[in-house]
Order: sequence, then structure tokens, then C-alpha cells
Amino acid sequence: MEILLAIMIGVLYAAGIYMILRRSLVKLILGIIILGNGANLLIFLLGRVVKGSPPIIPADSDVFQSVYADPVPQALILTAIVISFGLQSFAIILIKRAFKVVKTDDLDEMNAIDKDS
Amino acid sequence: MLIAILLGFVFSLFLVFTGKFFKGKFSILAAGIPLALFVYFAQFISRISNGEVISQFHSWIPAFGVNLGFTLDGLSLLFSLMITGIGFLVFVYTSAYLKGHKYLDRFYGYLSMFMAAMLGLVLSDNLISLFVFWELTSISSFFLIGFNNTSRESRKSALIALAITGIGGLSLLVGSLFLGSITGTYSIAEMLTMNPEIASNPYYILVVALIFGAGFTKSAQFPFHFWLPGAMKAPTPVSTYLHSATMVKAGIYLLMRLTPVLGDHEFWNTTLIIVGAITMVYSAIHTLFRTDLKGVLAYSTISALGILVFLIGQGTVDALTAAAVFIIVHALYKATLFLVTGIIDHQTGTRDTTVLRGLRKVLFPVAIAGFLAALSSAGIPPTIGFIGKELTYESTLHFGNMAILLMVLIVITKILLLYAGFVAGIKPFTGSLPERFEKTKMPSFLMWLPPVILAVGCLVFGIFPGLIEGSLVKPMVSSMGLDESDIHLKLFHGFNVILLLSVITIALGTVLYFKLKPTKKLEAWIAKFEKFSPQTIITNSWAFFFKFSNGWTNLFQNGYLRNYVSTIMIFLIALTGYSLFSKANFAVDFNSFSPITVYEAATSIVMLIAIGYTVFTRSRLAAVASMGIIGYAICILFVIYSAPDLAMTQFSIDTLTVILFVLVLYKLPKYLKLSDYKMRIRDGVLSIAFGTIITLLILEVLAEPKSSEVSDYYAANAYILAHGKNVVNVILVDFRGSDTMIEISVLAIAAIGVFALLKLRLKKSDQR
Repeated sequence: MEILLAIMIGVLYAAGIYMILRRSLVKLILGIIILGNGANLLIFLLGRVVKGSPPIIPADSDVFQSVYADPVPQALILTAIVISFGLQSFAIILIKRAFKVVKTDDLDEMNAIDKDS
Repeated sequence: MLIAILLGFVFSLFLVFTGKFFKGKFSILAAGIPLALFVYFAQFISRISNGEVISQFHSWIPAFGVNLGFTLDGLSLLFSLMITGIGFLVFVYTSAYLKGHKYLDRFYGYLSMFMAAMLGLVLSDNLISLFVFWELTSISSFFLIGFNNTSRESRKSALIALAITGIGGLSLLVGSLFLGSITGTYSIAEMLTMNPEIASNPYYILVVALIFGAGFTKSAQFPFHFWLPGAMKAPTPVSTYLHSATMVKAGIYLLMRLTPVLGDHEFWNTTLIIVGAITMVYSAIHTLFRTDLKGVLAYSTISALGILVFLIGQGTVDALTAAAVFIIVHALYKATLFLVTGIIDHQTGTRDTTVLRGLRKVLFPVAIAGFLAALSSAGIPPTIGFIGKELTYESTLHFGNMAILLMVLIVITKILLLYAGFVAGIKPFTGSLPERFEKTKMPSFLMWLPPVILAVGCLVFGIFPGLIEGSLVKPMVSSMGLDESDIHLKLFHGFNVILLLSVITIALGTVLYFKLKPTKKLEAWIAKFEKFSPQTIITNSWAFFFKFSNGWTNLFQNGYLRNYVSTIMIFLIALTGYSLFSKANFAVDFNSFSPITVYEAATSIVMLIAIGYTVFTRSRLAAVASMGIIGYAICILFVIYSAPDLAMTQFSIDTLTVILFVLVLYKLPKYLKLSDYKMRIRDGVLSIAFGTIITLLILEVLAEPKSSEVSDYYAANAYILAHGKNVVNVILVDFRGSDTMIEISVLAIAAIGVFALLKLRLKKSDQR
């Protein structure tokens, strides 16, 4: 299964980069989100994946008795997801405001406007 | 001695707070500082002339061998006396020259800072501290040249001067470091005995070249001379003090100081003679074409500096004696001429030699000063200038097989300098007084007394050369490591070749003065050659460099995000790809991977379709929706691979993002197809290449064993230490609790930002 995940991560990265290279501001943000998802999965996979044994200590003992999923990458990803939500929501609202002012979501045109003023 | 040096710095700092006091009537009090220092240094004369060397040592950064060691010997004594003595006169002069100027306090601050730096320079025994003071003189010179900071020309000249002398400073630093690593010390006194070792070192030539770089830029030698005429934009007291009497002699000082360390070597002597000769003749010729008094003086100063370098290059006892005397001669007459020029400028409002005439009738004492200084500069007896010239001729005449050529060059230079001196010191005062100058008033005695004092010095030291022979000249020559016992300064040496040459010089120079009148036409004619001058070449290469770096910057910093991203990606792919393919061996063990189940395969296919749809759809809303599907697919993967917390977070965040997007997006126009086909292919290739690299990288990493110390610690202690059974939660809220708190603050800031943007109401005028 790891091989499939590795390929999926590659695809997510490729799609993310491709979207970032577009001229539309909305696509840019979608690209960043997809890239972020890819990065999360990458961290997750490199911590090695385990099926059916979450990092939760069984109720009847103080320590793990058998194999368990690595909790550290999970903690990292959890933080990353929440932070990226902060970034995304701010960026989305910024697009809205920017569109209201400059009436375009084309990055190149925004450049041109910047030069004029 | 340290206190004496720091006094100037302290005073300039002190002026920051008491500026108002010194700006007004009491500005003359500022001159007390250099006067006190002059007296302080003068009391050492008798001890130094008895051959004593006074040293002081203060530790600064002993670990690097950098210390504040100060040495007062013949050489530094002469310079200290010049710095403080002329400094005193200039301070007095300034109080009248810039009377009531808005920034007089600032001016005194720079001036005393410069004085302190210059004293530190000539007294430092440690090469590194010498470098520090050297740079301080450059910086204070920058402020002083640009003192009229509202004038564009002033600012430009100040920058050029700083650039040129700054390059020299760096060269001095590197040279000093080399010298330090060759000799194992930065103390000049300790290097004195190591001359043979240094000369035989393979880096000798490089060290000397670097030291020359410093000396030539500071002392305005060809081809770095051009900053000095530009520096004449500074107020005249500055030109007098820094750009004639003291700072430009710092390069000369450095060469003299290092003569016993680096000198007596063919490369040293030949280079100095050639550069000095070119400089003295080149700029002496330039004086013929100037109509601005200060321009004449600037070029004659460069020429005089050339003579000094030329003499140091000869390196004989005669030559260095001549150099020592000529430093005194030049400081006296050139400072006088500058001060006289300043008075003329101040009182008449012009420095144009073609209109200035007959001023003796209105500025009599100034005329006397100018006249005496001109005589001294021409080397006419009984001024000290005559002695200086005779010594120069004598040493050149006895210098090896090139003597005839060098003799011709030095005589030509002296003839031209005589002309320059006469133009500056005599011409404005002779002839009939034009009507426009009839109302010219005498300046305050504070202004005319300093040049008169200096001019009288020219005469007195000439008639009684014994005054400086034992006290200044002999100790100075001996501190350059030479035997001084045969030196005797006198006016009349008997009838010989040298006297004949002197007569020829004076005669030809006088003829030149009466025949050639400086005119605007000549000045315009020489300006045609400006194209080939070092100044033009260097400023053009600067301009080229600016253009080049502009183009370079525009190439990379072109303002298009996608270009930045593609550049970064291309390099990332190339570098990572290269090391991946050249170093890794792709030992992927497929057996170690778990088998693919139907759930995973189905989730992956859904995700793949969603990704494809997000990328290629024309509708924004569809793109956002399918991006949501990607998120949910990842969510399912988290569930399958035992990460319930992640799954829950991903699910809620993803939902929120999609809702937010949709709320905002309904207002935006439809997607437009902005990129053409070619661009899409290019970007597609780039991104697929990047994705492939990432996949390969992952497989490569998966083949490596994993270290799980950290995870094991958390897993083992989650319940025991933190009393939580969900290890991920325990890490977030307990082990790394403060990280989480900061994360929450970040979110709060983002929320405030979102709120502010939503509530922002732009004024009509700000909207387009």
C-alpha cells in the first residue's frame, strides 16, 4: 500500500505546483491547499503507516502492549491542518477584498495595477 | 595619549548636547581643543629629538592580537603637530568663515571627530587599530565633503570620495591581515626587524600591492586622484585641513611608516617612483587649465602628493629627508593658499582666476600671506620651499641611472607648480582693482590671521632651518629606519648643478606665469579629453555595473509569482534529481510494503479523479467542491491508518474551507482561460517532474530504517507522566502545550485579520 500512497503524494504535489503556476488567484490558493494536503500525507507516510491500531493506550493498561501508530507525525499534521486553515481562510477573504478593489483575479493584471499607481 | 586621541571624539559627542552654545558667539572656544592638543604634543619635541620613542599600550581584543598601542616617534610627532596645529588655525578660521551657519555645531563635530581619528591613525602602532582610525577619517571626510547636503554635486562628490577611499580601506585591512599572518603580530614596532623575512615571503608582492592600494587611494595618486578635485565641494576650511594638509597625507604617512617594514625592494621602489612621477606631472599639467582657484589648488595638491610618493620610492636618506621637509613645506604653503582662497571667496563671492585682480588694495594682509606662500611653493629663497626643492633635486640627481629622466620630470613638475602657486597666491592681488571688487571688505582678524601665521612660518623656517632640523626632520628620518646624522638643512649650498636647476625652474616658471593666462577657453579645451580620464572610465564602469545588476535583478525579480516558483522548482528538480540519481541506489523492497486492499484502492481512485477534476475544470465552484473531495479522501486514509484525531480534524476543517470558499466565490466572475497551450504543457512537464521526484524520494526514504526514540518516549510516558491515554492529544496539550498555545494565537490573529477585512469599508476614492 505504501507504494500507492507514495504515488498519490507525488500526484498531489504535481497538481499543487501546477495550480500555483496558474494566473488565477483562486487557483493559486487551491494549489496551496492541495500542496499542503500532499505535505501532510508525506509526513504521515514517512512516520510509517499501521492499520487498525491508533496511538491510544488501552483502557486496562498504562503503556502500549502491542504495535501502535506513531503519534508524533500525527501531532505534527494536526497542527499543520489547523494552521493551514488559518492561512486559507485569511487568503480567501483577501481574494474577496482584492477582487472588490481591483475587479480581477488575474495575478498579471494585479501586477499592472500595482505599477500604475 | 589615549585621552588626547579620544578628546576629539568626546568633544564631538559633547557637541550633540551643547551645540547651541557653540553655534553662537562662543564658537571660537571650540578651537581650544586642538590648541591644547598642540601644546600637549609640542612638549614631547625635546624628548623625541633626543631619540626617545614614547609608547603606550592598552589591551583591546588581545585574543586577536588587536590592541590600542600608540607610538610617538619623529614621524608621528610631525604629523600630530601638523594635525593639531593646522587644526587649531582651521578651527579659529571656521568660527568666522561659517559664522552664524545653521549647522556650525555639526561642522565642528565632524571636524573634531576627524581630528581625533587622524591623530589615532598617525599614533597607532597596531595595524588593525590603524585601519579603524583610517576608516574613521574616510567617514568624517564623507560628512565634511557633503556638508552642503542640499547640493546634489556635493553629495555626489562625497559619495565618490567615500567609495574610492573606502576601497583603499578594505585594501589596507586585507594587506594588514596578510602582514599579520606573515609576521605573527599586528604591531608595526615588532615588524621592524622582520623586513628580510617579509620580503622573501611569496606573498610579499601581494601585500605591497594591497598597501599601495590603500596609500594611493587615500593620497589621491593616479589613477585614483579624481576624488580629490571633487572633494573641493566641501567648505574651504575642510579643503585646507583634510584635503590638503592632513588626511590626504595619511597615505604618505602609511608608506613612510611601512618603509622600514616593506621597503628597500625593487617592486616597492619602482612602483612608487612610476606612480608618483605620473601623478606629479599629470596633475601639474592639469593646473594650467583650471580657472577655479580651488581647482588649481586641488591639482597642485595632487601633484605635491605625487612628489612625495616619488621621493619615498627613491628610498635614500636624501630622498626621505627631502620628503620630510617637503611635507612641512607643503602643509604650510598649501594651507595658507587654501585659507587665502577661502577669504577671497568669502569676501568677493567668486573664485574665478580670470576676473580676480588687484585685491591687495582691499585685502592687504591676505595679499602678504598669499605672496609668501606663493614664493614658498615656487621654491624661491629665503622661504622653506627653497630648501625643500633643493633637497628634492639633490636626491633625484643622485638616483642611479635613471637620474636624467627623473630629473627632467621633477623640474617640469616644479615649473608647473610654481605657476600654480603664483596663480593662486599672487595673481588675485596684482594689477588694477576692478570696479566690482572695490567695496570688498576686510574679513574678521580671526580669518586673516591664520593664513598670515602659516605664511610667516614659511619664511621663518626658511631663514632659520635649524628650528626644524633637529626637532622634526632628523627624528622623522630616523623613525623610518635610516641614519639621520648627516642631515643639515641650509639655504645656500654653494654654486652647483642644483642651484643652476633651481634658477632655471624659477626663471621658466615665471616666464610661464606671465605668458600664460588662465582662460575659460583652455579649460573647455582640456575638457574634451575628459573622455579618456580615469574618472570617466571608472564612473562609466560603475554605470555599466549598475545596468548589469539592474538587468540581473529584473531577470529574476520580475514580479511574476509563477516565474519565481518555476525558477525555484527547476533548481529543486535539477539539484535533488541529480543527487538522487547519482547517489541513491533504489533498493525498493516491495515485499516490505503492506498489500493493497480494495478500500485503499477505491479511495485512491476517488482522490485521483478529484485531483484531475480540480485541476482541469472550468468552473470555480466545481474546483472547490472537488478539492473538498480530495480532503475527504485523505480523511478516509487517516481513518484506515489508525489516525482518528487527524481524520476528525481534516473532516471539519475541510468542510469549513469549502463553505468559506463557496460563500466568497459566488461573487467572482467565471474562470477565464488565461494561459495558452504551450505554457500549460511547460508547467505540466515541470509539475509532473516534481511529483515524480517526490515519489522517488519517498520510496528511497521508506527503504531506510526509522528511528522512533521520540515516539517511544511519548508513548511510554503519556499515561504515566501526563495521565492521558490518547497519545496524540497528550503531545499537543501537555508535552508540547506551549506550542499549541502559540498556534492558537496564530489562529486568533488570522481570525482578527479575517474579521477586519470583512468589516473594512473603503472610501469611494480608494476604490477603482
